[in-house]
Amino acid sequence: MSHVADRREARHAGGQGVQPQLAPPSATTGLFEVFRRRYLLRLLVSREIAARYQGSALGMIWSYINPLSQFLIYYFVMGFILNLHDNVENFAIHMFAGIIITGIFTECLSAGTRSVVRNKGLVQKMALPREMFPVAAVLVSAYHVLPEIVILAIACVWTGWTPDPLGMVALVLSVLITVTVGMAGALMLSAANVFFRDISNVVQIVNNLVRFGVPMIYPYILVAQRFHGHTEIYLANPLASSVLLMQRAFWVGSTEDPAATASTHLPDHLFTRGIMALLLSLVLLGFGQLVFSRLENKIPERL
Amino acid sequence: MTESIVVDQVTKEFTLRYHRTFKQVAMARLKRQQVSNTFTAVDDVSFTVEQGESIGLMGLNGSGKSTLLKLVNGIMRPDQGRVLTRGRIAGLIATGAGFHPQLTGRDNIFLNAAILGMSEAETKRKFDEIVEFADVGRFLDTEVGHYSSGMYSRLGFSVAIHVDSDIFLADEVLAVGDKPFKKKCLQRMQEVRDSGRTLVYVSHAAGSVRKMCDRVIVLEHGKLGFDGDVDAGIKYVKYDGDTDDATEQEDEELGADI
Repeated sequence: MSHVADRREARHAGGQGVQPQLAPPSATTGLFEVFRRRYLLRLLVSREIAARYQGSALGMIWSYINPLSQFLIYYFVMGFILNLHDNVENFAIHMFAGIIITGIFTECLSAGTRSVVRNKGLVQKMALPREMFPVAAVLVSAYHVLPEIVILAIACVWTGWTPDPLGMVALVLSVLITVTVGMAGALMLSAANVFFRDISNVVQIVNNLVRFGVPMIYPYILVAQRFHGHTEIYLANPLASSVLLMQRAFWVGSTEDPAATASTHLPDHLFTRGIMALLLSLVLLGFGQLVFSRLENKIPERL
Repeated sequence: MTESIVVDQVTKEFTLRYHRTFKQVAMARLKRQQVSNTFTAVDDVSFTVEQGESIGLMGLNGSGKSTLLKLVNGIMRPDQGRVLTRGRIAGLIATGAGFHPQLTGRDNIFLNAAILGMSEAETKRKFDEIVEFADVGRFLDTEVGHYSSGMYSRLGFSVAIHVDSDIFLADEVLAVGDKPFKKKCLQRMQEVRDSGRTLVYVSHAAGSVRKMCDRVIVLEHGKLGFDGDVDAGIKYVKYDGDTDDATEQEDEELGADI
């Protein structure tokens, strides 16, 4: 076929100056390379989402039904069995805000950890930045947050919440922190999981710790009372800041007197803490990339 | 002439692990058994390929051909030395492409093309051509996991060969295809070669190597055994190992009937 030759000639004639340079074929800039190849990333993400609802009649609607049922269960148990609504106003919303954040994070870790091993076929035979797989897993987890936030917002509006700009900043900051920490974890663990499949068991323990290490099923005010003077250690956990920001965005506004709730139930300088947490999670992400790059060399042969 | 592939004193070692769990490792240590061992798959190999050359990479099973190809493709990195390539690389490693078994043939074409560096528009433009060449018919929208091995490798080859690459790597592509497809593949690879792309062709079939390549590189236990003229290279491979006339005859026929 001559058109192949023609095209090639055209490319060469037209682009003598842009002829590619000799370079190591395996050279990669890690995460930057992943975001440079957005089209491939998009394909991987949409593939994961499609695979999750493959063969189900309701399809995407499930991503609304699941969090809704979860919310209703908590509302019932917390409000009518444990009577926690008397102590903490709208406790179900308080808790659901935390569930969304821990949900993203635990999903990032568990799906991220499995991502490289699950894509064995591609990892062994195709040259592509391998960070692609944990990043795709994290984006899929983050994608499922949208329906949850919609449900939370509806519940909040129902209790008389009106969105405020600062609250929306808190929401964005909160999601950014969680996704960044989740990606850092996913990068490290996905590579480590190739060498020791035990990692996925460890992840389950970590995920349990995370659920109890943030002010979700208990209000932050209890921590402040019990560990008075030592709360800095508790708040050093970026996820704790993230959950508090999420509660600032939704729960605080849904209470009778938001200003009073914010001053009693939230730590001081919440936004400064949030920005520090984001910086810390970016450092963690850099570390995650470093670990991944170090382990990456041996991945194809150990799969 | 410009260099297309530079392989400079490249070594790749694999670690063989006999035991996986801590218990097994501890027991083996107690009994003073070996816990792990290294295996040099590619051992201090150096060569340079000019743009537009077509190389036949030969050697017995386990001589390091696929590992070398993975190093050139960028799937693996050398432990020592360096590999440099110029331009986009496409190809097949160890029979069949990296497909996702749960995706349909159609989705896999897009995914695979994207991995090889094609844009969405480019893939759409070439989609019909790829499908026609792969000839998977109405199985296009079936999960690739249900494909026969022939269909699987046909689809993989078809995507790889339609990428506008500067280097094309073909590892035992013809091992599973039937006769008509082999013929089509060889024809297509000849076009690739004639269009000035660099071709690295791994094969045991002397006939097709003779037809396709203008230089042969032979690997022996990971070391570079021979680098040069096609006929001499084929002869070199045959002298090493089996001198069984019957197999040689068969190989020649396999090449000849294409």
